[in-house]
Amino acid sequence: MSYSFQFRDVFAAWEFLLDGLVLTLELSLVTMAVGLAIGLAGAAARVYGAPWLKRAVAVYVEAIRNTPLIVQLFLIFFGLPSAGLKFDADTAAMIALSINLGAYTIEIVRAGLEAIPKSQIEAGQSLGLSPVQIFRYVIIFPALKMMFPALASQFVLLMLATSVVSQISAQDLFHTASIVQSRTFRDFEVYAVVAGVYLALALVFRLLFAGLYQLIFARR
Amino acid sequence: MIREFALIDVLYLVAAMRWTLALTAIAFIGGGLVGLAVALLRVSPLAPLRWIGTIYVLAVQGTPLLAWLFVFFFGLSILGIEVSPWIAAAASYSIYAGAFLGEIWRGALQAIPRTQWEAGSSLGLSLAQQLRYIIVPQATRLAIPPTVGFLVQLIKNTSLAAVIGFVELTREGQLTTATTFRPFTVYLTVAALYFLLCFPLTQASRRLERRMLHGAR
Repeated sequence: MSYSFQFRDVFAAWEFLLDGLVLTLELSLVTMAVGLAIGLAGAAARVYGAPWLKRAVAVYVEAIRNTPLIVQLFLIFFGLPSAGLKFDADTAAMIALSINLGAYTIEIVRAGLEAIPKSQIEAGQSLGLSPVQIFRYVIIFPALKMMFPALASQFVLLMLATSVVSQISAQDLFHTASIVQSRTFRDFEVYAVVAGVYLALALVFRLLFAGLYQLIFARR
Repeated sequence: MIREFALIDVLYLVAAMRWTLALTAIAFIGGGLVGLAVALLRVSPLAPLRWIGTIYVLAVQGTPLLAWLFVFFFGLSILGIEVSPWIAAAASYSIYAGAFLGEIWRGALQAIPRTQWEAGSSLGLSLAQQLRYIIVPQATRLAIPPTVGFLVQLIKNTSLAAVIGFVELTREGQLTTATTFRPFTVYLTVAALYFLLCFPLTQASRRLERRMLHGAR
């Protein structure tokens, strides 16, 4: 049986797909910012915090890292309204993605912080630096440099994972794709095009992160 | 019909875990075969073969798993074949897991010092023999902890098969929600069941990694 590929209908819906792309980008960028904030604060609490705080952060990290994102998303979007917390799809998506990325980021940042040799910290102490100064001048910069590649690939994976929010009807790129699919019946074409867009996004993000790394760390 | 979320529903969810495990097993076997090929391509002495491996990894790691599932499930109908969720899931997960396992195993292969290959070739071993008797046995040890770690990712990602109607743990959760209208309890139970599957593996991966670090010293 022969099939003629027909991309015209898919490309005709480009403005519609573009709207989805914008939400995908928004979700990705906001989540990266919030996830990084959670990651830095959480890792600091995990490494330097009081014992109960350390345990609380560990429970959060393990709970998130050992359950699927889509279930977390369903729990927040479908489950929480019965507890009186109701969010629209975009907000629920943003919350779920941030909580998810935060847990992974904590682990990465923690590994970076713990990789700083003890002698470095002792050197700081012997120079009479306060703990805050040691963190600010001795620990954080080399730690960030070490964790940057892992963070960057985690962020790219997150960008791809935002496609899951289509399952709670957030109007992201993947969701607009399934609407185009149901309108045009060009199943293969629309998903092939959208996969190509995600691939391009992933490459752009990788390039941006590589550039950022050069900008921040390479000259020092 | 609406009814209460009862013990029987929990049992249904537990029973649905077997399809999550079956899908994980299929993905791991299929992905393992693809991954082996990818790892070998990536360490091949021939540049064009290395490029094929690199492009494969770049393409798969740069696209959402969901897109693969949809392309196989909805898209392949253009060939006039009726694609079952099983086939679509098996194909998608093999492609996906192959890229990640391939990268993990390539890393393990490349962590073996060059001199080990050279020692093999100086003993007159062929390339295949060097791999078989010298490199792979050592690389396997290195590869086990991250492979177990990836298994956790795989178990979690089988949840995405729910969206093409594959009835595993997450899909069973959706169905239970539809009959009981207790989404919070149901999805919390589903999450707990995933946790029971994944957490021991996470711990095992960590323990293996620590043991290996000590072993190397």
